[in-house]
Amino acid sequence: MDYIVEMNNIRKEFPGIVACDDIDFQVKKGEIHALLGENGAGKSTLMNILFGLYQPDSGSIVLRGKKTNIANPNIANDLGIGMVHQHFKLVHNFTVTENIILGLEPTRALMVDTRSASSRIRELSKRYNLNVNPDAKIEDVSVGMQQRVEIIKMLYRDAEILIFDEPTAVLTPQEVQELTKIMHSLIDEGKTIILITHKLREIMSIADRCTVIRWGKVIGTVSVSETSEEKLAEMMVGRKVIFDLDKKEARPKEEILSLEKLTVNGKDGGHGLKSFSLGVKCGEIVGLAGVDGNGQSELIEAVIGLRKPDGGKILLHGEDISNLSIRERIEKGVAHIPEDRHKHGLVLDYTVQENFILKNYYQPPFSARGLLNWDTIYEHAERVIKDFDVRSGQGVEASARSLSGGNQQKAIVGREIDGNPDLLVAVQPTRGLDVGAIEYIHQRLLEQRDQGKAVLLISLELDEILDLSDRIAVIYNGELVGIVDADETDENEIGLMMAGGKRGAAV
Amino acid sequence: MVDLIYQLFPYAIAFTIPLLLTSLGGLFSERSGVINIGLEGLMLMGMFVGAFTISQTEAANPGTAVWIGLLSAAVFGAIFALLHAFACVTLNANQVISGIAINMIASAVTVYLARFLTGSGNVQIIRGLSRQTIPLLSDIPVLGRLFFTQSYATTWLVLFILAAATFLLYKTKFGLRLRACGEHPHAADSAGVNVYLMRYMAVIISGACAGLGGAIFIVTLSGEFNGTAAGLGFLALAALIFGQWKPWGILAATFFFGFASTIANVSQVIPTLAQIPGIYLKTFPYVVTLIALVLSSKSSQAPKAIGEPYDKGKR
Repeated sequence: MDYIVEMNNIRKEFPGIVACDDIDFQVKKGEIHALLGENGAGKSTLMNILFGLYQPDSGSIVLRGKKTNIANPNIANDLGIGMVHQHFKLVHNFTVTENIILGLEPTRALMVDTRSASSRIRELSKRYNLNVNPDAKIEDVSVGMQQRVEIIKMLYRDAEILIFDEPTAVLTPQEVQELTKIMHSLIDEGKTIILITHKLREIMSIADRCTVIRWGKVIGTVSVSETSEEKLAEMMVGRKVIFDLDKKEARPKEEILSLEKLTVNGKDGGHGLKSFSLGVKCGEIVGLAGVDGNGQSELIEAVIGLRKPDGGKILLHGEDISNLSIRERIEKGVAHIPEDRHKHGLVLDYTVQENFILKNYYQPPFSARGLLNWDTIYEHAERVIKDFDVRSGQGVEASARSLSGGNQQKAIVGREIDGNPDLLVAVQPTRGLDVGAIEYIHQRLLEQRDQGKAVLLISLELDEILDLSDRIAVIYNGELVGIVDADETDENEIGLMMAGGKRGAAV
Repeated sequence: MVDLIYQLFPYAIAFTIPLLLTSLGGLFSERSGVINIGLEGLMLMGMFVGAFTISQTEAANPGTAVWIGLLSAAVFGAIFALLHAFACVTLNANQVISGIAINMIASAVTVYLARFLTGSGNVQIIRGLSRQTIPLLSDIPVLGRLFFTQSYATTWLVLFILAAATFLLYKTKFGLRLRACGEHPHAADSAGVNVYLMRYMAVIISGACAGLGGAIFIVTLSGEFNGTAAGLGFLALAALIFGQWKPWGILAATFFFGFASTIANVSQVIPTLAQIPGIYLKTFPYVVTLIALVLSSKSSQAPKAIGEPYDKGKR
């Protein structure tokens, strides 16, 4: 069996870090080959080299038996390599067709011939069951559809080797299933797929073979049928990973956060929050489960103060905080791990140490008489990155932007938990993280709980909610469907409730 | 009242045209993702080059001097805009600062050159463009009197450019790529579009349009270069935003400015308007713009990547 892609001894260094350390990587024609590794392990770098975005410092790439030099993405395209990036490269106010043909526009009498293009797209869409409407505007279609547009973009360019960079990170469980089907139909048509991921379950269900990368080195390539999730996790992290959390019995105490008939009008035609009541006690984790866009963001923003409620009360320790500023709430012990770490979590061009004091820079010991005390700030940051295992090239002096996603997230979690908050609002705290980091953050959240603090966990990952929560509240259409004890429920029940279950309606 | 409109209309159109063309230039630049605050300076450059060329050549060939002047204004506008493109695209400079620099350089260089080459800071042309009444079309009721009487050839040229620009931006692959560069340059790049090249071309086009716009102002309205573009470039920029970065929106916005400014300019000689204090009429278009910009800022259709230098590495 010949390899369609062979990458030999690929080495790529960035300032302060060896992203790829003499990597050998081979892919067979017609397989789904997973590339597994923690964030920052070097898998994206390796694929960007294959796609021509980066040039390797040394090593060679052999495609279909021929040594090639891929200087830029255009050459990769010509060689039949296509890539779906984690962040889609689509122009929001162009139609699907315009996005797909961009760069390769068919023309007739000077004009872009969108009609023939869209009929070809319709054909491709039919053949691979992608269900894409070529005339829709990107801003009007769902994320799942946008991803399928990216897939057609590759197919339109006759790509044979398809690289998917973390394709499921943005998808709902149903969309993931659909994507799996699409991938199999691509394989049936003779394509080869390279799947970059850190999700073990996905690899087990989709991939044929899997190459594991850790710290820029290949740990091994295995057949998925001959391995298990545990083994893969161990290869990826370098030690045994505990899948079962060490979760003690919760000892809930007095109620710290009470939402009383909280109403928040929806933004951009969203559902908003309708007369939502919920209590969170000290010493417990309350999970909020729901499909994205059912009022979660309104709830979060109202609780932490980003948005004024339109009705009802938010009580913290029995005191109404609905009209307090964000800073006043922080001072009263509310912390927030935001959903979007770039938008609300970090100032990307600040250093790590500066990001650590964003919320309390004005307080001693970080500042005195209006001046910042850099020595204390430095020491504080050093301690937090050590405590929370934040890895960065230049320590606390590194800009937040230069950190990998997982380390950015750990930095935020570190900052929020380090402040020792009474109430922690954790929104998707492990989004886009690898197994090792997830395990770590979950432990820290449980620790918070065991210390008698309250955690409100909002997540789209049902597993996470089920694993961590003591009680689970389900939100649908901005309304509370019900609250169940985590011990007495399962995925099915919650799943039904997430679809508005008490009314028996399906989504 | 109707007669007043008939009287004012040719002036309003004449005032609109240079604004419209300059604004269209800005449209190209900004749709490709490069803010062009330098429109004022580019216009000024066109005014100087146009006036200078015409004043030098009109003795020898009176018939064509105006057109040679317009052409050279466009060419020099384009060349001058290269500077902006180089700073913004190649050097990743802040586009606003670069635009301000363009304005400052233009006002200094043109006056210097005018003094150096002609001995005076003002460059006058003897014959501008003459107005023509188009036979047949001018006989159409109402429209004929409004549009086809006493019109300049440049008006038709610019309206043609408007149509061509619309076609270019929305129907051709050049336009598709250019707009993609302004909205999501990484998407364009990964699709094999050369973002740098597209932006260079867009900025050069904007320079040519602004230069030509400036020269048209000289040959139709002012008749002399006097070292300032009197804020016309900024007005064009405002029209671009007011028009929501769309060719026909720009047409409406510039026409509004043109008409309002014309009313303000002639108000003293027209009895019905003379009663209104001049200051109200003069500030009217600007106040309306301000209000309109505030109101429309929420639903702004600005290109998404505008103002962002394109950096391949940043994802």
